[in-house]
Amino acid sequence: MSQNIYDRVKVNPKFQELVQKRGRFALILSIIMLVVYYSFILVIAFSPSTFAQKIGNGVTTLGIPVGLSIIIIAFVLTGIYTQRANGEFDELTNQIKEESRSAE
Amino acid sequence: MKWGLIFLGLSNFLFAADAQFTGKRDLNVSAIIMFLIFVAATLGITYWAAKRTKTAKDFYTAGGGITGFQNGLAIAGDYMSAASFLGISGLVYLKGFDGLIYSIGFLVGWPIILFLIAEQLRNLGKYTFADVASYRLKQTPIRTLAAFGSLATVALYLIAQMVGAGQLIQILFGLPYEWAVVMVGVLMILYVTFGGMLATTWVQIIKAILLLSGASFMAFMIMYKVGFSFESLFSQAVDIKKTSAILAPGGLVSDPISAISLGIALMFGTAGLPHILMRFFTVSDAKEARKSVFFATGFIGYFYILTFIIGFGAIVLLSSDPQYLDVVKGGIIGGGNMAAIHTSHAIGGSIFLGFISAVAFATILAVVSGLTLAGASAVSHDLYANVIARGKVDEMTEMKVSKYATIALGIVAIILGIAFEKQNIAFMVGLAFAIAASANFPILILSMFWSKLTTRGAVWGGSFGLLTAIVLVILSKAVWVDVLGNKTAIYAYGNPAIFSVLFAFVGIWFFSITDKSDDAKKEMEAYEHQYIRSQTGIGAEGAVGH
Repeated sequence: MSQNIYDRVKVNPKFQELVQKRGRFALILSIIMLVVYYSFILVIAFSPSTFAQKIGNGVTTLGIPVGLSIIIIAFVLTGIYTQRANGEFDELTNQIKEESRSAE
Repeated sequence: MKWGLIFLGLSNFLFAADAQFTGKRDLNVSAIIMFLIFVAATLGITYWAAKRTKTAKDFYTAGGGITGFQNGLAIAGDYMSAASFLGISGLVYLKGFDGLIYSIGFLVGWPIILFLIAEQLRNLGKYTFADVASYRLKQTPIRTLAAFGSLATVALYLIAQMVGAGQLIQILFGLPYEWAVVMVGVLMILYVTFGGMLATTWVQIIKAILLLSGASFMAFMIMYKVGFSFESLFSQAVDIKKTSAILAPGGLVSDPISAISLGIALMFGTAGLPHILMRFFTVSDAKEARKSVFFATGFIGYFYILTFIIGFGAIVLLSSDPQYLDVVKGGIIGGGNMAAIHTSHAIGGSIFLGFISAVAFATILAVVSGLTLAGASAVSHDLYANVIARGKVDEMTEMKVSKYATIALGIVAIILGIAFEKQNIAFMVGLAFAIAASANFPILILSMFWSKLTTRGAVWGGSFGLLTAIVLVILSKAVWVDVLGNKTAIYAYGNPAIFSVLFAFVGIWFFSITDKSDDAKKEMEAYEHQYIRSQTGIGAEGAVGH
């Protein structure tokens, strides 16, 4: 792969746009996951009785739906990222590749 | 070979006949038959894969032609080991809610892997994660360190799996421990040497489908028995245990430092496991790499929900049935790890017990094959081709070396598996995760995202992390007290990750920024080129050598 292509990509404003948008998106989603997970862990460590509270009249505690929701949140977040990255971001990547090639 | 195994199975059959008199489970004919069918099918796949495995690229990455969906199943398969199936359902059976805390910790690393490293890994790498870490750094030191980190992780994981296999098969099939370990070792050598990544991937996919189907059926039948109501499942479990403590956080995660440390180890450790990272090179591009993680997260999450239901189902179904209870020791026969196995019997009789037992065995086989392939690649691709031969090696020789390495690793695994039979190996998987999180992961992520990383920083910081992880594990309860027999642990927290990962990052940072050599300057300048490739995939198509 010639150095020229890399030089052209570097100055292409679309490359900066791609890197910034995708970087920010990935960071936000990572932070959401980390905050959700570590909040869960910290509640368990500092205030386990919060999750031991019963919901409704039965025996089911708050911790169970919260725990199961985290599993679902993890899956949904990967879905959101994959959807946008495989669509919008890949489209942008292809444009960048196309432009750096056609200029050759 | 197939006949040899059938013979082995049959003689095992005879051998096991007297096992029922020693208090073990009755001989399970259906388990053995189903397991033999699995072995025959997977050897057939290996034969098919062997014909398609001609180049090094085929051997290491299945030619890069695995789809995102298939790879997602294979990754999930690597992750859903027998330890997590039997261990987590057993933990839920014993501790209830605490089991869920563990599963969540194992799962949440996946989204982070997707957001931060999956596509970069695919765009930069070729066969091993060391390809990525050494992309712009010096090959010899970085590959040596990465190979050492990979082999340490693989060896610890492998021993744990081998010992688990031997013990499990002893209980399930009545086969002597040593035989079981040898059988697992021989089969994994066959899959990997002849079928390479293609066979390893398909063995993993088939096993993942079998395991998910079996576990789904169990969870469905449990929910059917309680009228599809979680409330009813939980209230019956509470009635049996005579305490509602199983529905609340218990003693598993007691202090915040241990809790956070465990979280770090599970999250970053997953992102540093060589056999998992290697799977990202089996797909064609970044798009498929992302899909792989999406599907893998879905399957793994679903699987953990199933194990949660199965664990509670075990409480409800087993506790009042004397045939599953150990009158001498209390609890169920064989301990908590047998909860899922007994539950399968309670649900579907000996046929379904046979199915689940065979699946558990298949799971071990598939996981050890993936581990062995990752270990062999570290030897042949990193140590041999790039360090010893300095990149001047033809593909055929490299492949030959990887096959010898596979056989050697297999034999070592068999020997260690037998040697560790009576040892307490509970610390091993934890240590494997700690090393992966403290040595492999920091170098990998900083090589991708930090332009100022230098070889010196990576080597010092990575070694720091590795040593801290090992020393702290030795000083922790799992080794210092449980293995070495001292009274109290010097390192009070269960997992070293909070300190060892921090040390690794600080070490890498410090030794990089103080590195004023000319080489360091070149390495920093090379970052831009690497960054463009990692972000766009330019230069990555077809995984050409670099």
